[in-house]
Amino acid sequence: MQIPETLKKKAEEFVFRYPEDKRQSALIPLLFEVQRELGWITPESEVWVAETLGVSAIKVREIITFYSMMRAEPSGKYLIQFCQNISCCLMGGVELQRHIEEKLGLHPGETSKDGLFTLKCVECLGGCSWGPMLLVNEDQYFQLTTEKVDRIINGLRAGEPVPADNPTPLLGNVAGEKVS
Amino acid sequence: MIGNGSTLLLSRNFAVDNMASIDVAMKNGAYEQFKRALKMKPEEVTQVVKESGLRGHGGAGFSTGTKWGFVPKDKFPRYVTVNGDESEPGTCKDRLILERDPHLLIEGALICAYAVQAERIYIYIRGEYFYPTMVTARAVQEAYAKGFAGQNILNSGWSCGIHMHNGAGAYICGEETGLIESLEGKKGWPRLKPPFYPAAIGLWGQPTIVNNVETLAFVPRILEIGAEKFSSLGSPKNGGTALYSLSGHVNRPGVYELPMGTPLMDLIDKFGGGIPNGKKLKAVIPGGSSSHILTAEECENLPLDFESVAARGSMLGSAAVMVIDETVSIPKLMHWMVRFYAHESCGQCTPCREGTDWLLRLSKKFLDGTARRRDIDDMWELADNIDGKTICALGAAVAWPTKSYLVKFRHEFEAACRN
Repeated sequence: MQIPETLKKKAEEFVFRYPEDKRQSALIPLLFEVQRELGWITPESEVWVAETLGVSAIKVREIITFYSMMRAEPSGKYLIQFCQNISCCLMGGVELQRHIEEKLGLHPGETSKDGLFTLKCVECLGGCSWGPMLLVNEDQYFQLTTEKVDRIINGLRAGEPVPADNPTPLLGNVAGEKVS
Repeated sequence: MIGNGSTLLLSRNFAVDNMASIDVAMKNGAYEQFKRALKMKPEEVTQVVKESGLRGHGGAGFSTGTKWGFVPKDKFPRYVTVNGDESEPGTCKDRLILERDPHLLIEGALICAYAVQAERIYIYIRGEYFYPTMVTARAVQEAYAKGFAGQNILNSGWSCGIHMHNGAGAYICGEETGLIESLEGKKGWPRLKPPFYPAAIGLWGQPTIVNNVETLAFVPRILEIGAEKFSSLGSPKNGGTALYSLSGHVNRPGVYELPMGTPLMDLIDKFGGGIPNGKKLKAVIPGGSSSHILTAEECENLPLDFESVAARGSMLGSAAVMVIDETVSIPKLMHWMVRFYAHESCGQCTPCREGTDWLLRLSKKFLDGTARRRDIDDMWELADNIDGKTICALGAAVAWPTKSYLVKFRHEFEAACRN
């Protein structure tokens, strides 16, 4: 497998952010960029990252296994990360999780056969005042209801994604209210 | 509205259209205080922050100016690290600063860097914050383009770079030494302290100031209104305002900027609009999931500042208030809480690594209906054996709430037992 030129350029850019002899610091940013570009951290790219930054292979492995957002296997086109922590649970997250599982036909950790969705349940996404929340790849969605979840998933299936909640609203369930 | 209208420091421009762009931000006063700071002596800037009474809003509440003063006089290079790893359940305030007024943060970080004569700033943001990161990264580029970062900033003779760095999904990297390890490209395993604090030996062994996003965003405002005015806004020993993340069972959850010392019940009833559906208040977690739970009675007449909440046996932490109504079962709440820490324990210290997992297994029994009375005592003992026996505070962060649930709501655990 060839490492894309864009990725090599990124590596140079990242290394520049840290003192000359501290290239290891670019590990997480570069691995992130690899999975952004390739969808996951392939064994070949893992070796390439180690060589590029001049660190041992085991150091790269440590990072991949320690950090929960590092993906050492392929995932679906849309990675859905659903928050299952206290604030979201208080706002109906437990029931909603069941609904999402049924809607996608997936248990947490599974990928759909058509390769479209991977479902992951995660601990706290920092959207506590606007829970329940989830991420679809890099897009954030707040104040979820079963209807909103259906709209999001149907939209992805139809190739017409529901616009993300960017930026985060200022208030919780009084969505759209202006600050006076 | 956010706050009570008269004391908005951080959030006053949150609703301004395009505030994240530098032109709009500068029209609203961005970087004016940085320019002023550059004309002061670095130690004068630190002194102003010290006098303001500003305390860290990341959780520990340590005096910010004092921390800056810990940097050894003769050791270079020095670094400033912005802690944007906000991941304590309940806490969601830094996200708003990063998305809606990133230049306020950048200005604060630059003033801090000037005060401690640092040569680089690293803005470490948790990996899940894709959108906040994108907005902040763009703002950093704009700051460079206007000459607020880089070589010989505004002809002051002082140079400072700003770099973005993302985490990758580890709560422990919000702990300042865990964050430093992560920045160095390692597992986020916290370092033992004392004896060495990051201000003396931090990133790559050099003096490093690690400050939370909200904390640094206050700095330009302190220079603007003066230390005295700032400290007069809060309660004694607690200067200024705070961004309170309000979540759970309230009609209007959200992030509210209010003076330090605002009564808890005011936040819930006046600003949060009370509890939905006529339900009764059962409990409040006042400072993020690691703080001791307060019963409804304990919530009365409680000013939200570090000392007052501590006096009631809990902690203000990152001012993340989670409201719990009468329908919630405390064993279930405990299970959600413990699950988080069991997942996020970094594995470095045995009491935490093993203990959190055992707590998780036991807490699950109360949901399955398989718990026995001795499981309550076992959980207590486990929590007690984690507490104070770990390198960082994650151990205490699970032990304290566990103990408080078991003590204050013991009857619910007993009722869930088979015998």
